[in-house]
Amino acid sequence: MRVEHMTAAYEGKIVLDHFSLTWPDKGITLLSGPSGCGKTTFLRCLAGLQPYTAQRVELPLQPVILFQEDRLFPWRTAAQHITDVLPRARQGEAARWLELVELSGEGGRYPGELSGGMKRRLALARALACGGGLLLLDEPFTGVDEARVRRLMARIRALEVPVLLSGHEAALADLSDTVIFLQGPPLRRVDPQF
Amino acid sequence: MRTEFILPPPLTVLTTLWGLAGEGTFWLTALATLGRIFAGLAGGVAAGTLLAVLTQAFSWADCLFSPAVRVIRATPVASFILLIILWAPTGQVPAIVAALMVLPVVWGNVSRGIAQTDPLLLEAGRAYRFSRWKTVCLIYIPSVLPYFTSACHTSLGLAWKAGVAAEVLCVPKLAIGTQVYFSKIYLETPDLFAWTLVVIVLSFLLERGLGALLRKLEGGTAHAR
Repeated sequence: MRVEHMTAAYEGKIVLDHFSLTWPDKGITLLSGPSGCGKTTFLRCLAGLQPYTAQRVELPLQPVILFQEDRLFPWRTAAQHITDVLPRARQGEAARWLELVELSGEGGRYPGELSGGMKRRLALARALACGGGLLLLDEPFTGVDEARVRRLMARIRALEVPVLLSGHEAALADLSDTVIFLQGPPLRRVDPQF
Repeated sequence: MRTEFILPPPLTVLTTLWGLAGEGTFWLTALATLGRIFAGLAGGVAAGTLLAVLTQAFSWADCLFSPAVRVIRATPVASFILLIILWAPTGQVPAIVAALMVLPVVWGNVSRGIAQTDPLLLEAGRAYRFSRWKTVCLIYIPSVLPYFTSACHTSLGLAWKAGVAAEVLCVPKLAIGTQVYFSKIYLETPDLFAWTLVVIVLSFLLERGLGALLRKLEGGTAHAR
């Protein structure tokens, strides 16, 4: 997968300035970099939620994003969050996705009744259930303990969907197939030694 | 002058009310007024909601309808009653006036609710490929519902006040307002108080009924607050 000369702005500031990147079309790729360097803008551009210009973009169809914020609907239960994104024929899968993020038995609870880490996992389950040719996960494990991060990463890997994720947890680098170090803004790839 | 003409004792009012309640026309009168007010309230809520959706969704509708609704909001109710008496059949005037009083309140609240729907949730809906219908049902309606119910509660009192005032001025055949008008003409102050009591009781009952209905509607969104 690749983008070439991608340019995008956030709140009037150029965050991506002719940014180019190539990454594997299989496995888990971690975007590592300081907060505010432009990772989120990059992921949002790939998800088609932010306007950009680019010379070339090679991505699978229908990438799906997990936002940096949970963006849960306070009036929908955990199970309803999953069924809301599933097509009619797959409505029975809600329990499976909740189980995947270790929220079995919490399907009837509303976001206001869940802890921060549980909300994050519910948001993750919704993005995974929605499905797509590429998973864009923006800081998916905020508030999730390390042991659970390891289990969740193993289950995400088993889905066999290419993943591009950002995050600051130390364990993520070990659990990813490729790590890309970034700095910015404007966003640029840097050598890990520096 | 007997003081009963100015301020009748409560017992006299209750006795008068008891006497009125024994007549068949009392119930028909109360039912007719209730029907008019309810029709006006329902019409005003429906029109206000529809206009709010249109003015928020389309700029042409905003340019066309928003100034008109603001004019309706600023116009005194008495002017409306006197104008509509000239344009509409007597029996329909109270319902139309009630609807016109309710419309701007519902329009204002629902418009605010739509405008304040969380853009982050709307973006999530787009990201997770919600259809337009799903976006309306799962994001807009739950977000707007608290504004809508608040408008309905405010509108109910307004509809009663404006509707009965319209009945007093246009004097339809079966109407509480007509009875209030004749009580005033013939100086039957206990009757005036008795009919006013009927209005208060009916308003209270309608508010309870509407409240129960709105609570049921809000049930699914209670966790939002």
